[in-house]
Amino acid sequence: MAVVLDARNLNKHFGAITAAMNINAAIEQDSVVGLIGTNGAGKTTFINMITGYIKPDTGSIVYQGRDITALAPRAITRIGICRSFQIPQLYASLSVFEHMMVGLGVVLRNAGLGGYFSRGQPNVPGHDAPAPEVAERILERFGLADYRDKNAQVLPGGVRKLLDIALTMVAKPTILLLDEPTSGVSAEEKFGIMEMVMAAVKGEGATVLFVEHDMEVVSRFAQRVLAFYDGRIIADAAPEVVLADAEVKRYVVGGELRRMEAQAGAANA
Amino acid sequence: MSRDRTLPILGTVLLALVLAGPLLPKWILFLMTIAIAKGLVALGLMLLLRAGLLSFGQALYYCVGAYAAGALGRFFNISDMLLQMVTGALVAALVAFVLGFLLARYRGIFFGLLSLALSMILYGLLVKNEALGSTDGFNILPSTVFGVRPVQEWMRYVVVTTGCVIAFLATALVHRYLKTPLGQLAPAIKDNEIRVEYMGTSVRNAIHVMYVVAAALSGIGGALAATTVGHIDPDMAYWTTSGEFIFIAILAGTGSVVAPFLGALIFGIIHTVAYDVSPNTWQMTLGTALLLVIVFLPDGLWSLFRRRKVA
Repeated sequence: MAVVLDARNLNKHFGAITAAMNINAAIEQDSVVGLIGTNGAGKTTFINMITGYIKPDTGSIVYQGRDITALAPRAITRIGICRSFQIPQLYASLSVFEHMMVGLGVVLRNAGLGGYFSRGQPNVPGHDAPAPEVAERILERFGLADYRDKNAQVLPGGVRKLLDIALTMVAKPTILLLDEPTSGVSAEEKFGIMEMVMAAVKGEGATVLFVEHDMEVVSRFAQRVLAFYDGRIIADAAPEVVLADAEVKRYVVGGELRRMEAQAGAANA
Repeated sequence: MSRDRTLPILGTVLLALVLAGPLLPKWILFLMTIAIAKGLVALGLMLLLRAGLLSFGQALYYCVGAYAAGALGRFFNISDMLLQMVTGALVAALVAFVLGFLLARYRGIFFGLLSLALSMILYGLLVKNEALGSTDGFNILPSTVFGVRPVQEWMRYVVVTTGCVIAFLATALVHRYLKTPLGQLAPAIKDNEIRVEYMGTSVRNAIHVMYVVAAALSGIGGALAATTVGHIDPDMAYWTTSGEFIFIAILAGTGSVVAPFLGALIFGIIHTVAYDVSPNTWQMTLGTALLLVIVFLPDGLWSLFRRRKVA
């Protein structure tokens, strides 16, 4: 399959901390890639470098044959790489529907189809419908239609998470980076949310990279797993191979188990 | 969804004013024109406030608009009202475009104080400038409309009518903008700039645009006020003038495009009555009024007209 995104020799240091060391990863079109690793292993740094929020000290990121390392986040969004956030980044004073409309307004303007006085009537590129219709459609797909007119401030955690991801869909991404899509969501809801998200995203035909701590979620949804430890990728293969890897077990999965046990212990205390 | 009737209502009110104009005493017409002029400035402030930016120096553009309008008459012998207002808007927008490169980088108190400082610089420059009349300012030529000079008794009426038309057009444009998908970009910026950038647009650029639009509205307001009063002086850029605009914006609230005009009118009425009743303590009366509004109507007077939004 064609490589859509290629990270080459990425290095990033914050003072004495190594956030990325010799990161090499070629992501194939339409694949679903899980990123695992303990906190501070460099997963989010990897995502931040791809989306232009953090610039690598050395190395380059090539997207569809074009070097995008130096681009600003907004420029990277415009060419089709979008992300969601571990902590949902919403607009507290806007309703769910307004979130979609602002996003679609930006997409239309970037496509030269409407400025500050356009009501969003032209068809949104990639969606083939006017903005209000696209907004309803995305909300429907993410199960957010019931919350349409609610303010983001009053939404429950799982819904905030879904809205955060739904907001990335307005730009019709070719690559979607999901930073811990199920964090802060109860164990029972995790699979439901992931299934809904993956169905919606794959329906749009995007390549997906997702950061995840729940190994069950990873092995169920990822076709390929990158295991991070201390800024490096220590394993890169299919989930069953990576999760059986001795180093991964020791540094990542074991760490996860200890972390979960510690959390459970803290919760019981 | 309830139908939006803001513009028909505003249009009707303004039309009623225009029709009733010949019957109203001159001082009411004057009060109304000044309210429209200041309302335009407050409308610009409202646009900035929605993005979380409080400009303590909007008088800069009010003053620039007035001086631009006045300069037309003083240096080029042009006194057409519409030209004056267009010039006021354009010159103010141009100044804001240049200064915007600096100001769009700042938020919060830094934005506020920097805008205040810039307006005081203009004040300082005008006070030192003999060609523009120094502290005394200068008189603006009696206006014409489309080259026709109205009879003296009708002057005030013509000015107020023109002001109503301009205010309606400006408000209609702003209203239209607020109803578009990008109309919610300002509160989005206020809430979460990083997300706005990640949606694929430049926050700085959007703020720059809003800043220029706010300045253009202030410029029109300044030109209108100058024509109405017939005189221009550097006090139009002084910080107390900026304070008045903020006063009006807070008094009115940001709930609707009509609110700033209502706020400006009520400000004018309180000011006039307070000055009439007790010339030495009118500021105290104004201050008390604002205090009451802040305590009892934190969203401004406009919240009286709006059903409470259910979260």
